[in-house]
Order: sequence, then structure tokens, then C-alpha cells
Amino acid sequence: MIGSKVERKEDKKFLTGKGRYTADINLHNQSYAVFIRSPHARAKIKSVDASKAKKLPGVIDVLTAKELQEDKIGGLIAGWKIMSQDGTEMKCPPHPALAGDSVNYVGDHVAIVIAETLQQAKDAADAVQVDYKVLKAVVSTKDAMNSESIYESIPKNLCFDWLLGDKAKTEQAFSGADKVVKLDITNNRLVPNAMEPRAAIGDYNPSSEELTLYTTSQNPHLSRLVISAFNAVHPEHKFRVIAPDVGGGFGSKIYPYAEDVVVAWAAKRLQRPVKWVCERTESFLSDCHGRDHVTHCELAVKKDGTILGLKVDTIANLGGYASLFATVTPTYLYGPLVLGLYNIPVAYCNVKGVFTNTAPVDAYRGAGRPEATYMIERLVDKAAKEIGMDRAEFRKRNFIKQFPHQQCLVHNIDSGDYIAHLNKALDLADYKNFEKRKAESRSRGKLRGIGFSTYIEACGIAPSAAVMSLGCGVGLWESAEIRFNPTGNISVFTGTHSHGQSHDTTFAQIVSDKLGVPIENIELIHGDTDKGPFGMGTYGSRSLAVGGTAIVKACDKIVDKGKKVAAKMLEVSPNDIDFKNGEFIVPNSNKKKTIGEIAFACYVPGTYGEVKSPLPEGVEPGLKETAFYDPVNFSFPAGSHICEVEIDPDTGETKVVTYTCVDDFGNLINPMIVEGQIHGGLAQGIGQALYENAYYDETGQLVTASYMDYCMPRADNFPEFRIGYTCTPATSNPLGVKGCGEAGAIASPPAVMNAVVDAIGTEISMPATSEKVWRAVNEKSKTKSKAA
Amino acid sequence: MKTINLKVNGKIIEKTVEDNTILASFLRDQLNLTGTHIGCDTSQCGACVVHLDGKSVKSCSILAADANGSEVVTIEGLSQNGKLHVVQEAFKKHHGLQCGYCTPGMVMSAVDLLKNNKNPSDEEIRKGLEGNICRCTGYQNIVAAVKSAAGKL
Repeated sequence: MIGSKVERKEDKKFLTGKGRYTADINLHNQSYAVFIRSPHARAKIKSVDASKAKKLPGVIDVLTAKELQEDKIGGLIAGWKIMSQDGTEMKCPPHPALAGDSVNYVGDHVAIVIAETLQQAKDAADAVQVDYKVLKAVVSTKDAMNSESIYESIPKNLCFDWLLGDKAKTEQAFSGADKVVKLDITNNRLVPNAMEPRAAIGDYNPSSEELTLYTTSQNPHLSRLVISAFNAVHPEHKFRVIAPDVGGGFGSKIYPYAEDVVVAWAAKRLQRPVKWVCERTESFLSDCHGRDHVTHCELAVKKDGTILGLKVDTIANLGGYASLFATVTPTYLYGPLVLGLYNIPVAYCNVKGVFTNTAPVDAYRGAGRPEATYMIERLVDKAAKEIGMDRAEFRKRNFIKQFPHQQCLVHNIDSGDYIAHLNKALDLADYKNFEKRKAESRSRGKLRGIGFSTYIEACGIAPSAAVMSLGCGVGLWESAEIRFNPTGNISVFTGTHSHGQSHDTTFAQIVSDKLGVPIENIELIHGDTDKGPFGMGTYGSRSLAVGGTAIVKACDKIVDKGKKVAAKMLEVSPNDIDFKNGEFIVPNSNKKKTIGEIAFACYVPGTYGEVKSPLPEGVEPGLKETAFYDPVNFSFPAGSHICEVEIDPDTGETKVVTYTCVDDFGNLINPMIVEGQIHGGLAQGIGQALYENAYYDETGQLVTASYMDYCMPRADNFPEFRIGYTCTPATSNPLGVKGCGEAGAIASPPAVMNAVVDAIGTEISMPATSEKVWRAVNEKSKTKSKAA
Repeated sequence: MKTINLKVNGKIIEKTVEDNTILASFLRDQLNLTGTHIGCDTSQCGACVVHLDGKSVKSCSILAADANGSEVVTIEGLSQNGKLHVVQEAFKKHHGLQCGYCTPGMVMSAVDLLKNNKNPSDEEIRKGLEGNICRCTGYQNIVAAVKSAAGKL
């Protein structure tokens, strides 16, 4: 099973309209909620008057910060503490679940209106009077530190001023350089845009005093923990969080949102189910956004192309509040990766995290690693061009070639072969004939460019000891439980969550191979805190490397116990038993027991008549094992992507004509699913490079708040991607897997942009829209003709 | 309020609807056909595509009242006698879906596309599905699925 293109177990329900997403669930006696959101980017709330709204037909209640305070409901938290270089702790403003005296971005949640029908709730929301004193908004990432302070307690809007690496030693390395290559780049703000908008249903059972929250989460256990421990909505043991089918997440559904907290609390307060379903524009305004960095970077190089050192200075926009993983995304998920897969002896990365009056920014597919990769790959490309070296050769010269390799910042990379994947990509992309294709394009009046991106990422998030020493508030291990049922089929529980990643299939393939049980007799269960053990959810390409390993370990325990039972039944020593293809066998004999027989025996342990108990003394009945796995290291997927673009100089239209990637994800469990993950990541990365941009105007209004204004990539925006693999298995987990979910989104923006810059011969920022490209091409030809 | 009569997935339906109820909400809320999804509020995403009198339409841009007297097929009505429709089967075989949210609309659009073009090129498929947004698959496997189902309808 492992390594095979097995068709997905989860497909049938989705293809026949039987998926069950949160918005599809309706509970008896349910009420409907609408959130009142701030229309202003920054304002003081003078008053909220719901008296008129409360009298409207069907209105059950309107709840505000006042009621939250009555019930002592806590605010949202930032889960990772970052220390500034001066030794002080990061500064975060309070983030109440419903705004108290101020609102800090358009879409900030002010009140919840609950009514018998959705229409009644909407009508009542219009009747709630919120009196605002509008203040000047801080919007620009670059200027945030020089603007008025949004929060009195946070001078210069600076959350943290974080430094990784050795600044003095880096300066020293730069003084010996033949050339210093400099680049100013912006990593554009994106909206994750999972196709299923967020939703939540709270349901309180006054008899059992249990509270259930159905929500669109990548991480239901963490939501339960946070909403219990920090928001104090309900004690954890009487609180159930269910994330049923979830329609994509891409990071934006990792963390509990204010709406989750408020809906759960409102259901408890009103003792009635409360249902809220986000609309798309609301989603644009209130989902966490991604990226939004402004960076100055410098690379010190020798004439022969050897990199001597790297300087990175970044301003990262955190938005109006610090969301759960907002502070780690531009620091520990970014800084260590700025080195790329190059042997750079010394470097530093300084990140200033700033607050602005925009939606909170948090993890989005790749989280920190796309920003790092964009920076280093754009810089390396520029460096190669400036010293006159072939861009592929420049990369090869500087690749890490010996493993394990301790980088100068944080990571110890266990395995890889970077020249192998670059060479394979160069072949697949037919690099040697690029000039011919370029000439052919030119003959048609088109500009053709080629761009490279050789990337590395740190996945398998994450070793608890490492992340907690860096400020993370929780460990990032994973759990699994294998429950053999007496009839021989298996329920597998994982603490990860599948919302497109195909865990039902991939994990079943692993269990099928490990235990020799047909895949159709294995069911994966996840997304319900009442069913499986506590787990840490899905993000950071962690589910297989960490969650899959927990499953392997639980399977090993099953086999160990099975051997003991088989030995008793076959009257040999456990050491004489081998387990193969679902059978416990005594080699060189015909003695054997199937794992199904063993499972049944474990549940029927008594002695009756002639039959002796199959269980050895001291062995408990039942066949169910749990494993918690805390990884020893991150995993390090890497690869080489090559993009070719063709640009029409008359219109600025940029077409990706070919896109080639060769990735090293270690071992592949299901290559069909891996390919799907690559495609999706590429579409998002190419989307960032050419189409997508979340744009706030100077007053803090999100101009791109619908699919009419925010350019989502569509089927006709892409060529057919060419895909290849190399494989150096990860040494940090028994499956040898590295993770593949984010690679496409990490690698592709610089590949595309390097190609665009190569084609037009001038710097340009993402997204390279037709207008921008047209202007850049025209500007250049004007300058050229002036010079002539 | 208006009473409407229509045929949905082969069943005769009579219901009373508000004047402003869109077809998508009617299907989801009054008929419990939750396979028709709502992914946007500007008729852009295509998650809500159904067939109305044999043609694909975005059910968010049609009032339920206007569907009076029509025949509607939703994703739930596509497979017959427990057997997947050839396009559904092709999506499964080619891994043309991940989270599944855009899938019902995508499949309904693809069926209509193939009805009108028995042998579409990749480019025609990509153009034909331009009104359906998928955030997971990067479209490549969707194109492969639709191509493989061509001519089999």
C-alpha cells in the first residue's frame, strides 16, 4: 500500500454531495447569529445601543463586550512569546472577543445579534446603533513605526524587535566581500480564501452541562484548550469541539477566532443552539491574512560566486491584534529559513513586528517559509546576474553538500541532495534550449524569461523541547490510537485534522501495511475532541511526519501485544513469533494466527471448557494502543522549481508557459495525493506572484474584499505542471517522510518572479499584474530611448 | 411568499418560499440538499452550480420563485442507483478533489461542459471551468478528470 496511488476513501461522500460541513448542520431549536463589525479601521466606541434592535420581531438577544465582561469571558491570545533583542518581552494589546472601547480594523467584531431566523438577525443588526469616534488609521507596513501609536502601551506600534544571528560577525564577513548585492522587496498581503467560509454552531445541553462547538477548524483540540483555559467559556472536560468536514484551511483555520468563542458562549448563556455562517466578504475582512512583509536584504559574495554572508531586515505586519501564531510566523518560522539551502557561513535576520489597523495576519500556507524563500531566491538570482554567473551554477556552488549540516542560525538539516534535484529539474525544463525558445518568442514580439527557485522548508512541526525553549506555549507532538474492534476491523484516531489533505487514505495505507488489514476495514477518525486523544491538529506539513509516526508507533505496540497473545495461543515464546502480512507466524512451522484471530481472542479472554484463556498472565484484555510522538527534529523537504513566462509587452499580460518542479519529500506514501498537494500549492504561489493582493486604502478600507476585486486564480491561469521527484529519506521519523503540503506555495513565487524579472530586465513587485508589467516594460523602454 | 412547484432530482416538490429566497438557499434549507454549497456572495465561485432544465446555473443568482415549473438536478441527483456518474468516477480516479467544497459545483459544471463539447481540448476545459474556483487542486487533476470523461456521457 505504501507508495501506491490508492484512490481516496473520502471521495465518494464529497462527490455525491454527502459531505457534512459545519454550515450543513442544523440543530433542533437553533437560532441564527450575525456579527456587527466595525466599518472603521480605527475608532473609539462611544456607545452601543441595541434597545431598538432588541424589540424587533424574532430577536432573542444582542450581546456586546458588556455581557462578555459580566460572564468573565477572556480575550484571544498570542500563543508564542517572542523576546526583543533588548531582552524585553513582546508587547501585545488586549484582544477581546467583542470589542470594548475601541475597534482596530475594518471587520473587528463589536456585537452579536441572535434571532429566530437569519433574516431577522440581519435586520436587527442594521438597527443596532454603534457610535464611533473615528481616528486616523495606521495602514502601511513600512510606515507603521513612524505613525501614531494605535495602543498607548505600545510605542511605535512595535510588538517586537527580534534578532536572530550574529550582526557583528556578519558585518565582518561583508567587509571581505568582492560584491554586496542589495535588494528591497515586498511580500504582498494575501487572503487565504479556503472555499468553505468559516462557520460555528454552539450547542449547550443544560441537563449534562455539556457544551458542544461545531466549527471550521484545522485544530479542534487546541480550540477547546484555548476556549476553556483562556477564554474561560466552559471547562475542558465538559466541552466538546467538533470540526466535521472542513472545506480547506491553508492555515486560516488553525486557531480559534473570536466568533468561535462568542458563539460557544452565547449558546451557553442563552441555553439554545446558536448558528453563525460567515459570508465571503465578511471572510475577507475577518479571516486572518497572510504574508505582508517589507524587507531589505544584502548578500556578500566573492568574485567566484561563493556566498560569504547574509543580512536581512524585515518589517512584518501583524495587523490590528496579535493572533495565535502571528508572532512565530515572521520570526522562528521565517528567520531560520532565510539561509535557504545554501552554505552561508554567517548571517543575521532582524524582524520588527508591527501593529496596523488591518486584519490580523497569521499563518498562511507555508507561514514564514514562503517569505524567507522569496527573499533569498530573489536575492540569489540577482547576485548571480550581477557577478555574471549562470543562475543555476551559482546556486550549485553554494548548495549545502554534506549532511547532516548545522546551519549558522538554527536548523540541523539531516538529509538532502540539492544538486540532484536541480539537475533533474534542468533536464525536465530543457534549460539548455531556453535561449532558442526565447528567440522564438522574440520573433513573435514576446518577452520570455526563465526563473529558478531552489528551496528548503522546515516541516514536521515540531520538536516540543525546541519550540518551547523558543517561546511556544505548547508542545507540538502528535497522538494516535489504534482500536482493533472484536470483529477485526480497525478504528484509527489521530489528533491531526484532514481538510483536503487526504489523511483518511494516506493514514489507512500506513495502517494497512503495518498490520496487514485491508484498507476498506480501516477507518480514520478525527475532528472530534470526544472521540480521539488530545492532538495538535494540522499545519506546517506536520500531519504525516508527526501524526503518521504516532500511528506507526501505535501499530508497533499492537504487534508487540499481538505477539505475546499469539505466543500463548501457539504455545511458543514471543521471541519465536514473526509478524508478516497480518499473520503471526512461527517460522519453519505451520503454526500461525491471523491478526483478526488475535484481536478477537483479546476481547474474549476467559477460560471455558477445554479452551484456555489466550491471554498470558498479566496481559490486559482488549486490543487498543495509544502513542504520542514528539519528533526529534524538523524535517527538511527541498526542491528545485523552474518557471518560464512569456510576456506581451503591448498588454503586460504574463503567461506561465511552463512550470517544472522536482521535489525531495523523502518517501512518498501516496504519490497521487502528493501530486495534488504540489498542484494546489503551486496555484496559490503563482496566484501570489501574478494575481492576488489584499489591498487596504489609506483609511484602512479593504478594497479587495470580494471575488470581484481579489483575483483568485482560475483554471485557465495555469499550464500543465511538470513534476518530478528525488528522494533522500528523512532520518528523523521511521517513515522517512518530509512533508509536501506547503512546498508549492513556498517555492513558486520566486520562481515566477525571477522569470518575470528575467523577461523584462527590471525589478517588479508581486503581484506582477498586467498593468504593473506593462508600466515596467514601458518605463524601461522610455529610459532606454532617453539614454540613446 | 409564493408557492412553487418544481421537480428536484426527479421528485415533484411543492413548497412555499419567501420572494427573496435564492435557489441555493431553498435547496439547502428547505430541501436539505446541502451538497449545493455557497462559497461567495458575488456569483463568482461556482460552488452552487446545479442544472436547471438541463443547463448549469449558479443557484445563488436565481430566485427559488423563478425556478417555479422547472426541473432541477443537484449533485445529489447525479449518481443513479448508487452508481457514480462517469464524471464523478473520473474525479475520483484522477484525484480531482481535495477538501470537497467546490466539488459539487465543479462536477455539475463539468457535466454541462461535456454535454456541449464531446471532445474538449485542455484549453477548452480550462476556459469552460473558469467560473468555478477551486483553492485546493490547482485545477490540473480536474482538467485530467474532465478530459478522461469526455465522450463517455
